[in-house]
Amino acid sequence: MIKTDVLIIGAGPVGLFVVHQLGIIGLNAEVVDNLDKVGGQCIELYPDKPIYDIPGIPECTGKSLVKNLVNQIKPFKTNFHLNQRVQEISKEEDKWKITTNKNKTFIAPNVIIAGGVGSFEPRKFSVKGAETFENKGIFYSVKDKNFFKSKKVCIFGGGDSALDWAIELSKFAEITIVHRRNEFRGAEHSAEIARKLEKEGKIKIKTLFQIQSIEGKDKINSIIIKKEDGKVEEIKTDFVLGFFGLIMKLGPIVEWGLNLDKKTIPVDTENFQTNKKGIFAIGDICSYPGKLKLILSGFHEGALAARACFKLARPNEKYRFEFTTTSKNIQDKLGVKTID
Amino acid sequence: MPKITYIEHNGKFHEIEVANGLSVMEGAVQNNIPGIDADCGGSCACATCHVYVDEKWFGKLAKKESAEEDMLDMAYEPKKFSRLSCQITAEDSLDGLVVKMPLKQG
Repeated sequence: MIKTDVLIIGAGPVGLFVVHQLGIIGLNAEVVDNLDKVGGQCIELYPDKPIYDIPGIPECTGKSLVKNLVNQIKPFKTNFHLNQRVQEISKEEDKWKITTNKNKTFIAPNVIIAGGVGSFEPRKFSVKGAETFENKGIFYSVKDKNFFKSKKVCIFGGGDSALDWAIELSKFAEITIVHRRNEFRGAEHSAEIARKLEKEGKIKIKTLFQIQSIEGKDKINSIIIKKEDGKVEEIKTDFVLGFFGLIMKLGPIVEWGLNLDKKTIPVDTENFQTNKKGIFAIGDICSYPGKLKLILSGFHEGALAARACFKLARPNEKYRFEFTTTSKNIQDKLGVKTID
Repeated sequence: MPKITYIEHNGKFHEIEVANGLSVMEGAVQNNIPGIDADCGGSCACATCHVYVDEKWFGKLAKKESAEEDMLDMAYEPKKFSRLSCQITAEDSLDGLVVKMPLKQG
């Protein structure tokens, strides 16, 4: 059980910057995110695309923005709990108990939800039976490649994950790549290797096909794939891997008793508190009249929420507003070396 | 200002005038038409504004860029006439455009 002043859900730009806003007023925070790295949408959706509306930064990329935000909060030595999502939030006396799907628990007077459009989850097959076979015959990631040794494996997708795993697993398994079009979006070099392996008879590639059904009772026997023109083929296989990228799902947030408006959480714009005392929502996930889904709006929302957290984390202390430019107190927290 | 018809997966029609310059996605979202999520806000990065363009109209649209084709790999049940609606810009010549939404976006 980890005690902290503030548990932050989401390590996107807004979640990262609120660490700073909390840190300069003396509050510590722990951050949970379902991705394997910090940066949220900036890193997952548009790492190399330009952003032109960060105040004072005429142009940056998602990646460079995240890098700078991480640098900015270095002094606070914040713990990030990645690869897990918050599953439950329950009241524990006057604090919140937060539990992740990896059974990590936190106790905090404040929770800040900076969860964007939800947590990133793998996109899954939608055909009948896909759910039943999930984690038995169908996988969306590879944990132990030896599991597939000498097996028949169908890999769906045209990106880097699909190509890289096809190439790797082809060393000791029978691989078929199935993709909806002739072009692969993964690295050109990987696509060339895959095509070469196909010529050598080491990989089968079925393009212009999509999955139609999965056959089998206790285990997968085969899959049926279909072309746009209706042509179908059956492929005998032991396992199916799907690499269709990630999608954002609101997930367990809907079960925490918060007011919801479509996929967003209404907040009070004075402090960005939700309908639950001590639970705040900032960034894309919050809504209020005039809300703009901009990174810069999320920064402002975080600054206000952080001050509101102070009241619950330090009920016996008085919060004093200070500027970073002139406050010795804040500069000490930031580890700034000043010459007296 | 073109009139665009959005057809939900259940067959429900929405005929909306969409201002020139807005994307077909924005036309739907701003008018609360269900079936288009647009999680990434229109940056061609999430494939949750996927639509099936009416066959008659498909060829009249500006061609897909490769980034859109890449994202369509991840869309829910992409077909021959699939597009991401954030990449189609409303203009007078698209008056009468018909798009259908898939069963779901992800």
